[in-house]
Amino acid sequence: MIEFRMPSLGADMEAGTLVEWLVEPGHNVKRGDIIAVVDTQKGLIDIEVFDEGTISKLLVKENEKVPVGTLMALIKSDDEILEKKEESIPEIKTEKKKEGEQIKITEIPRGINASPLAKKMAAEKGIDLTAIKGTGEGGAITKVDVEKAITGLIAPPEEKKTAYSENIRMAVAAAMSKSNREIPHYYLETKVDMSKALVWLSEANKERPVRQRLLPVVLLIKAVARALTEVPDLNSYWENGLQKKTDINIGFVVSLRGGGLMIPAIHNADKKSVDELMAVLNDIIPRARAMKLRSSELSETTFTITNLGEGNAETVYGVIYPPQVALAGFGSITEQPWAETGMLDVRPVMNITLSADHRATDGATGSRFLMAVKNYLGEPGSL
Amino acid sequence: MMSTNNTIKLTYREALKQGIRDALLKEEKSFLLGEDVGRYGGAFAVSKGLLQEFGPERIMDVPLSESGFVGAGIGAALNGMRPIVEVMTVNFSLLAMDQIVNNAATLLHMSGGQMNVPVVIRISCGIGRQLAAQHSHSWEPLFAHIPGLKVLSAGTHEDARGMLLTALQSPDPVIIFEYTFMLNTEAEIPANAGAVDISKARVRREGKDISIITYGAGVYKALDAAKELMATGVNAEVIDLRILRPLDDETIFNSVRKTHRVLLVEEAWGAVNISSEVSARIMENVFYELDAPVQRLGGVEIPIPYPKHLEDASIPQKDDIINKVTKMLQHD
Amino acid sequence: MEAIKPIQTTLLPDKTYGMKLLYQMMLIRRFEQKSAELYTKEKIRGFLHLYVGEEAVAVGVMNSLSMKDNILCTYREHGHALVRGVSPGAIMAEMYGKQEGCSRGRGGSMHLFDAKTKFFGGNAIVAGHLPVAVGMALAAKKQKKDEITCCFFGEGAAAEGEFHEAMNLATLWSVPVLFVCENNLYAMGTAIRFSHSVVELEKKAPGYGIDVAAVDGMDVLAVEKAAKEAIQKIKQTGKPFFLVCNTYRFRAHSMFDAELYREKTEVEEWKKRDPIPKLQELLMNENIISKTDMDAMNTQVEKEVQQAVDFAEAGTWEPVEDLAKYLYREKEKL
Repeated sequence: MIEFRMPSLGADMEAGTLVEWLVEPGHNVKRGDIIAVVDTQKGLIDIEVFDEGTISKLLVKENEKVPVGTLMALIKSDDEILEKKEESIPEIKTEKKKEGEQIKITEIPRGINASPLAKKMAAEKGIDLTAIKGTGEGGAITKVDVEKAITGLIAPPEEKKTAYSENIRMAVAAAMSKSNREIPHYYLETKVDMSKALVWLSEANKERPVRQRLLPVVLLIKAVARALTEVPDLNSYWENGLQKKTDINIGFVVSLRGGGLMIPAIHNADKKSVDELMAVLNDIIPRARAMKLRSSELSETTFTITNLGEGNAETVYGVIYPPQVALAGFGSITEQPWAETGMLDVRPVMNITLSADHRATDGATGSRFLMAVKNYLGEPGSL
Repeated sequence: MMSTNNTIKLTYREALKQGIRDALLKEEKSFLLGEDVGRYGGAFAVSKGLLQEFGPERIMDVPLSESGFVGAGIGAALNGMRPIVEVMTVNFSLLAMDQIVNNAATLLHMSGGQMNVPVVIRISCGIGRQLAAQHSHSWEPLFAHIPGLKVLSAGTHEDARGMLLTALQSPDPVIIFEYTFMLNTEAEIPANAGAVDISKARVRREGKDISIITYGAGVYKALDAAKELMATGVNAEVIDLRILRPLDDETIFNSVRKTHRVLLVEEAWGAVNISSEVSARIMENVFYELDAPVQRLGGVEIPIPYPKHLEDASIPQKDDIINKVTKMLQHD
Repeated sequence: MEAIKPIQTTLLPDKTYGMKLLYQMMLIRRFEQKSAELYTKEKIRGFLHLYVGEEAVAVGVMNSLSMKDNILCTYREHGHALVRGVSPGAIMAEMYGKQEGCSRGRGGSMHLFDAKTKFFGGNAIVAGHLPVAVGMALAAKKQKKDEITCCFFGEGAAAEGEFHEAMNLATLWSVPVLFVCENNLYAMGTAIRFSHSVVELEKKAPGYGIDVAAVDGMDVLAVEKAAKEAIQKIKQTGKPFFLVCNTYRFRAHSMFDAELYREKTEVEEWKKRDPIPKLQELLMNENIISKTDMDAMNTQVEKEVQQAVDFAEAGTWEPVEDLAKYLYREKEKL
């Protein structure tokens, strides 16, 4: 039996109203005959039949509105059987999440006037953006602000137009207060004869062009780095207990001319030669003074040293930068009476102090560290 | 500046002419057809002398039938030639838009990959010669919207000289925008300048503080602005998009990763322009590299007015770029 | 259309050629009926414009052309493609949207393309392909190719600016293009008298200095003769020619068309001039073909159309992953 259905005459035709059957059961029809009139939104349309045969049954009544595809009549053909092969439009494949698959959402603080980059950096470094005052357009927290915060130089929420250096001063104050409040400091001190070191330096500098000459500070950094390899407990963070650090990144305190501090990190100081260390210092100190440090240079310090240098106080008791657990302070080198093997002499002497977190270590550890530094400086060739 | 052995100094007009001449010499299937390209010498004297050199078979004056001759260019391309069609101004190109959009951009796809259309259509455009609202606009975005076209913008003398020859090698339809207000400007280009690539954006000036992304008439303005900004300590990078479709995303994104700040500059009307698209792509791909909102300087949304002071005010100028960058980089 | 003076057919075709012309018209007719059926069954979608009634034009003109010539058509082009030699299966598959279609299914009914037979569409912007045809002819002239470009369009196109630009350019450049206007009296539902100030389209040619002929488009032999003469003229002069074929479509403009704009009696009048029985009767009356020949042809038409449908049914859908293809040749590396 041939099925005569409501034809689809356009993608926008959904249904049609049968106005009139032009045939009755028993009528013979041939291909192309008009057998019905259907009303559509475009008007009356003659409906033709595409098969030959005899009308068997009319299934839709006149004035009935039926959707496209509705069976309207049955036609009996002589050679029956019209193969009907269904083929459907392929299903559009859309990617579906597998069940149970978690969508990872990056933790980005919301509702804070900070740049995407600043938010990303803060998330990576665990910086609390609400504690930072933005200095970008419209008060937005930008990359620069986060970099400052990473060094602990948190700009406190203050009135506008405060001088930048004052902000840093206040930030130092805040960080140091927090340290003094939370960290139970202990202090150790020793003196070291720097004569061998200075002689070694002057010999070493004879072979070097002016621009590559070494300063005493490189020996201090190197000695500290080597000592830390022997006393790794001091190269640690105090964060839910002692977290030892693999890399030895020495933070070097640079005083800013307008007040305040920047502490660039010298990465893997133990693995660098004195010449490499000098090169790093030559690069990093001017940039620190210009406050143009990279965020990695401000954020990965594992141990800090402060060096007062010539013409300054002889002893410095530093305040630890959390979450570090210790800080070494070097006073200026001064001529002092020095007793050795029963003889009294005048030597260039430097006072070294260690400020350490008592939660992390105790005096014996600190003492081992100071002695190691002292030994290295006494044998500068070994550095 | 004096010419040296390695560079020559020439006008943008001369660069275009040398490009056409070079193309006609090197590609024997090429010919130029357009309104007044022959006997008149080109509406802007770009093709002056070429009729005498190449003859009327290769330098064809056509009647004022934009749809007709652009369509004929498409047909000639379908049948083995490499036509260079010149449309006198971008405003007139709209009369040929049916041919460009419904035929040139569509035939390859509609034929299931059988029929390609290697036609090059050069269109003069740009603002700044007091030609008012029917002879001066920056409508690159209208064309860059059309998949199937390759859309180029010759913002420098080097590209004016070299884009055409490369475009003629393309198996697909290429639109080249040229800037009439630059015709008399001079610049130095390498003496051996020739074909240039037509796939990559170009970093015209390296910088680190901000990326100024532009094309066409914006390129020299942005470079001038960057030069002045340097005096204030701002080191701006200038990117010339050159290819407006398909866009070279990587050059854009790499610059954003470096500078973290973006200013988009173009003369086309502000809404729904190239900058809109570039900005969106930056959001989609390198959002977390941004340290400030992406900013745009586009044309004021008004038909281009006749008086000089209003015309100047209707498009971004060098000082607008400088002011915008300064504001974006200002810290409290 | 009483004013049109048909070119008189002088020679009767021989049996082979007569049967060929008749068979091609019958094939188009049956193919179009089948397409309509498949449309109502939603196998074919989009717009479907049928050529029923106008078969003599495509058959008459196409048989006058050589395989070196370029063909451009409108969106009512199934018949032209069939006569040109595009396989019926590839045409039907194209309408199904299958990748075995002559345009890989990307075009559909309105965009049949086939590079092998130099069949350049299937163009659905009315008159948009006329300037393209002129350009193709220009390229042929420049390259000294021995070919003409034949461009079919309806009388609706003759109201477009591009028609006038193309006519002017073709004569101005003196290029070998044959413009064939299939005047079926209706631009969709707008009768020619409502769209043309001068309804005798051949009168538009002299203004462009273009040679012209008007012919009874319901008489395949007349069309064929006129087309041959036109082509001969083009080859002699290298200049364009404008051939107006006055014809009529028996079916609606497209499938979804209630034909509110014309009287059924008008359609019935034109059906009396149906080109297929006309040729059939001529050939039978002159004893060129027999009833047996007719039966054989009917069987063969039925078989060929069914094979086309089977081919389309068996065709495959292009994977969605390939959606972005065929946008730039540069990237296709074909």
